[in-house]
Amino acid sequence: MLEKAFTGSKKYWAWIIFLLVIIGISFIFYLKQFSIGLTVTGLSRDVSWGFYIAQFTFLVGVAASAVMVVLPYYLHNYKAFSKITILGEFLAIGAVIMCMLFIFVDMGQPLRILNVFLHPTFHSMMFWDSVSLFGYLVLNVLISMVTLGAEKNGVPPPHWIKPIIIFSIPWAVSIHTVTAFLYSGLAARPFWMSAIMAPRFLATAFAAGPALLLLIIFILRKITKFNVGKEPVQKLAVIITYAMILNVFFLLLEMFTAYYSGITEHTLHFKLLYTGLEGNNTLVPYMWTSMILAIISLYFLINPKTRHNEKILAFSCAAVFLSIWIDKGLGMIVAGFIPNPLGEVVVYNPTLTELMISLGVYAIGALIITGLYKIVLTARNQIKYKL
Amino acid sequence: MYDAGKIIFGLIIFVILFSSPIWLNLAGNPGYKPDIKYPVNEKECIAPREYMNHNHMEILNDWRDKVVRADIRFYNQNAKPFLIDGKPAEMSLTHTCLKCHSNKSEFCDRCHNFLAVKPYCWECHVTPEEVQK
Amino acid sequence: MNRRNFIKIVSFGGVLTVASKMTLDAFADAHKGNGKAVKRWAMIIDTKKCAEQENCTKCMDACNTIHNIPHFDNKKDEVKWIWKEKFEHAFITSENPYLSEKINKRQIPLLCNHCDNPPCTEVCPTQATWKREDGIVMMDWHRCIGCRYCIAACPFGSRSFNWRDPRENIENLNEAFPTRTKGVVEKCTFCDERIARGQIPACVEACEAKAMHFGDLNDANSELRKILVNNFSIRRKPELGTSPEVYYLV
Repeated sequence: MLEKAFTGSKKYWAWIIFLLVIIGISFIFYLKQFSIGLTVTGLSRDVSWGFYIAQFTFLVGVAASAVMVVLPYYLHNYKAFSKITILGEFLAIGAVIMCMLFIFVDMGQPLRILNVFLHPTFHSMMFWDSVSLFGYLVLNVLISMVTLGAEKNGVPPPHWIKPIIIFSIPWAVSIHTVTAFLYSGLAARPFWMSAIMAPRFLATAFAAGPALLLLIIFILRKITKFNVGKEPVQKLAVIITYAMILNVFFLLLEMFTAYYSGITEHTLHFKLLYTGLEGNNTLVPYMWTSMILAIISLYFLINPKTRHNEKILAFSCAAVFLSIWIDKGLGMIVAGFIPNPLGEVVVYNPTLTELMISLGVYAIGALIITGLYKIVLTARNQIKYKL
Repeated sequence: MYDAGKIIFGLIIFVILFSSPIWLNLAGNPGYKPDIKYPVNEKECIAPREYMNHNHMEILNDWRDKVVRADIRFYNQNAKPFLIDGKPAEMSLTHTCLKCHSNKSEFCDRCHNFLAVKPYCWECHVTPEEVQK
Repeated sequence: MNRRNFIKIVSFGGVLTVASKMTLDAFADAHKGNGKAVKRWAMIIDTKKCAEQENCTKCMDACNTIHNIPHFDNKKDEVKWIWKEKFEHAFITSENPYLSEKINKRQIPLLCNHCDNPPCTEVCPTQATWKREDGIVMMDWHRCIGCRYCIAACPFGSRSFNWRDPRENIENLNEAFPTRTKGVVEKCTFCDERIARGQIPACVEACEAKAMHFGDLNDANSELRKILVNNFSIRRKPELGTSPEVYYLV
């Protein structure tokens, strides 16, 4: 079925070539980083993780969100999701591959990456993160191949795939939990040292991922014959609403603990993000934008009239996605490192090289997702334009 | 098969060309051989030349794990052949190997360049030539 | 119960036992009680004596020279194994707005604390850093993949990363010790190469104020133990439970 990704309209190929050009340019920047070292980024001795790891953290959430369409359909027989589980799984595949690529470009010695598996370290959360990400990729590839293959042949999927699909549900929860454990187990970083890290990660995942999925469904409805109807869209909207409510609630809980207790170690990091600290105000406008977007999106999501209006719903999904991306992809990682363990406030700004390499990774993800979605829509005969 | 004659003929030419390094070497004169300069004064390495030729990378990897990870830095007295002047050799590229083979470009590099081998050990391990520079 | 089910249960139980033992071993304490006297290397830094030599950099110079530490103009790329900080940064949890000027002005030498319960070794995915039996938190620069998880985990900011190739920025190359390469994390290793030869760390030896002491804490008669009994000592961030083994006399 892979050949379906290699045939398409002019518009399809224009999009593919556009992505390939971005990837090519980004690769040149990566060659520079590979040859000189990570000094070409904005990272420093104090802020040793930055944009790359932040994108990885955000995308693990998007990857885990496939479970939000798989669980209702396979575990609870919610028939309305029958047509979109495969879309969730393909989105997960693209997101997981992007996660792995972001880790790869962040490593100092990427050619030694197999050391993680040659010398397994059971007490290291990073080892388990690698295992769970890789396993999740394998699971999703297997599940999507088998179910789509069966659908194309007009037969029900083989019975043995059902337990694997059920297994992928706790596995999806685990990839994000273990990523949260990467951060929440570090005594050195009080900003991350919170039991609510994992629940927050899950809440943001189940809001941002389905929001992206819904946006893609709207786009597909415009450019192809793909139309799932109102019910799955509205169900996803409800899931996004609840997840976003929980996310904002958890954020407020964290703020309460930090500000009410007044423990300097904890409050300083929040101050960096929301009011600025010792001259470092870089992140303040972004974090407030994220907050405002979250509130606006909740207003439009909670109100049934605006939730049922699909134009406004699309805006709400974009707002949710952007709000969470700012929170996790810009704020969370950097704020964990500033102030540093000696109490000093430093500045981190990603460089052009860093951003171009990241853009390339996102383009690779978009390429994979485009190809996979093309396969499924062609298989279902729902391409609008001439092949 | 269409054009069987041409295809089989072409395949035979390809196999001959592709395997030429093997039968050219077997035929006798392998051509250029790297001219490595052995240390002038020292005649004894930690092990015989043939053994070192084949196994020096294995030995070095073993030393790496023993010295860095297990804090074992010397062979014991019974560890034949790894002795120098009857004394246990120190497991060190810098203190043992490079003490005698102090000219990397005339010893190590000659064979490595010939075989297009680029060990990245030298990214960290300092050679005497670099210090002189 | 038929034979087939019995075999299934026994083999599953066997696998479970082996797997759980392996898991428990992986989490097990590094201390192996085989009766032999195990050393526990530690260091004492007398900050008062150190401050008597103003602007002294002897310990840092000694370390930087023999270990080929690069110097970069750009603070971003900084690599340091031992360096000096103001008191309020070294002991950040002892916030005291009315701390005496004399102590506030003191520059405190900071280095890897070689903790007894190191958070950095806990998180390393390849065991490129680990705690030796004698207490030294060691580095293997061959294995490090440069993920910098250990840097995130260190509460003391003791670790540095090679953001670029250090070679060009080393003043005088010391042939006897390797440099590192770009993309690996490095830190003080208590001069493990000198300890193997029966010497003390270079910084301790170079200290002109005789403010640094190095020894075996497990030896009840060691100079270290005597000093600790007779003086008030503090450690950095003890509340985090890492049990740092560099003791400061203030």
